[in-house]
This record gives sequence, structure tokens and C-alpha cells, in this order.
Amino acid sequence: MTINKTQDGSKLEIAIEGRLDTMTAPSLEEEVKNSLEGIKELIFDFKGLVYVSSAGLRVLLSAQKTMNKQGTMTIKNANEEVMEIFEVTGFVDILNIEE
Amino acid sequence: MRELSVEALVENLDKVIAFVDEELDRLETSVKIRTQIDIAVEELFVNIAHYAYNPQTGPATVRVEVEQDPLAISITFIDKGVPYDPLAKADPDVTLSADEREIGGLGIFMVKKSMDSIDYEYKDGQNILHIKKII
Repeated sequence: MTINKTQDGSKLEIAIEGRLDTMTAPSLEEEVKNSLEGIKELIFDFKGLVYVSSAGLRVLLSAQKTMNKQGTMTIKNANEEVMEIFEVTGFVDILNIEE
Repeated sequence: MRELSVEALVENLDKVIAFVDEELDRLETSVKIRTQIDIAVEELFVNIAHYAYNPQTGPATVRVEVEQDPLAISITFIDKGVPYDPLAKADPDVTLSADEREIGGLGIFMVKKSMDSIDYEYKDGQNILHIKKII
């Protein structure tokens, strides 16, 4: 998994490529934890994300909980397989997913 | 039938996934089915790695079989850890808001939703969890 961050003032975009699983989720968690101070708009670009397991969902839920207190969080470019995981788990209702 | 035995450590997850994926390559499954199976294997193996022998460690065996009519892949996880039936846990409430949501139980829930069958037994001192997916 690779993580690319682009920050513009209080707007942060995080692009993720590869697999967000038990082995890689801790590095995203660390990255998110250290980056959200003062952020009002968080965008996840999932164009290159091919896989997400419950370990990855845990990180997204935690980021969503943080952003609920300080701004907005949006997910864009999720592929079909990732969208299906969001649907099965009810994450489609708690995440703001751009079509 | 193919079998892989590894120490039940999350560090061995990639090895276990690669072992199952070899079979999926041969079966030329769709990306969707492959993703569902990989997720199931990850959730179940990581469960064993986290809980079966905690705080020690021990062996985990993954057995892969292909069935015909209908074509299906059958995967069995065996460990000699503490008896634990992951299916006994209630499903998480997936209708709650983000602030109310807890993440626990989501992994096994995803497995239940995506596989065609899942069953558990404790026999001869072993946890035996079996999943099947029609391809």
C-alpha cells in the first residue's frame, strides 16, 4: 500500500493505492492520526485501492468519527469491489461517498 | 486437497493469502469473488492469530479443496487454541451512525455475508472453521 498526501490549508487529500488490510492499516492509522489537526476537509481518493478488510474499515470509521467533530470527510473513486464492501457493512450510510 | 500449516501470527497472513490465491488463479475466478475470498481468509486467519493462543502462539492449518457441481472452493481453518466459535457472536448493527458504531464483529459479519456457507465445530481439541464459496 502507498499513501500520498496533498494538503492545501485546512483541506487534506489522502490517496491510497494497493491493499488496505491487517498488515497495512496500522500505517494509514498512524498517518491519519498525525495529520488531522486543523483539518476541516478530508478527502480519501481510493482510485488505486483494490481491497479493504475490517482492519481498514476500522481506520476509516475512526477518521469519520474525528471529522464529525471538526469538518467533513469524503471518499471518492472507490471501485466496484470496495463499494460492495461498504454496502455489505452499512458503511455506505455512514461515509460520504462521492459517486 | 492442499494444505498449509503456519505459525498463527499476523505476519504470516500474506503467505496464507498467497497460498489460497494460487488455487483461485487456477480456477480463474472473477475479481469480485477473489476479493471476497481473500477478505474471508484474512478475517478468519487474523482471528486465529489474535485469539487462539493468546498470549502464546501455536499452529494454524489452512486446507483448500475444490468441489465440482457446482464448482466451489472450500477452505478449512484448523487451530488447537482455546475453543472459540466466532459464529456465536451476534451480528453488528450495521444501521447505526458513525458515532454509535463499534467495529467489533464486522470481519466475521463480512465473511457470513459473502460466503455460501460457513460452519464451526470443536472436535478433538481443535477449532475447525469451514467456509465454502460457489465460483
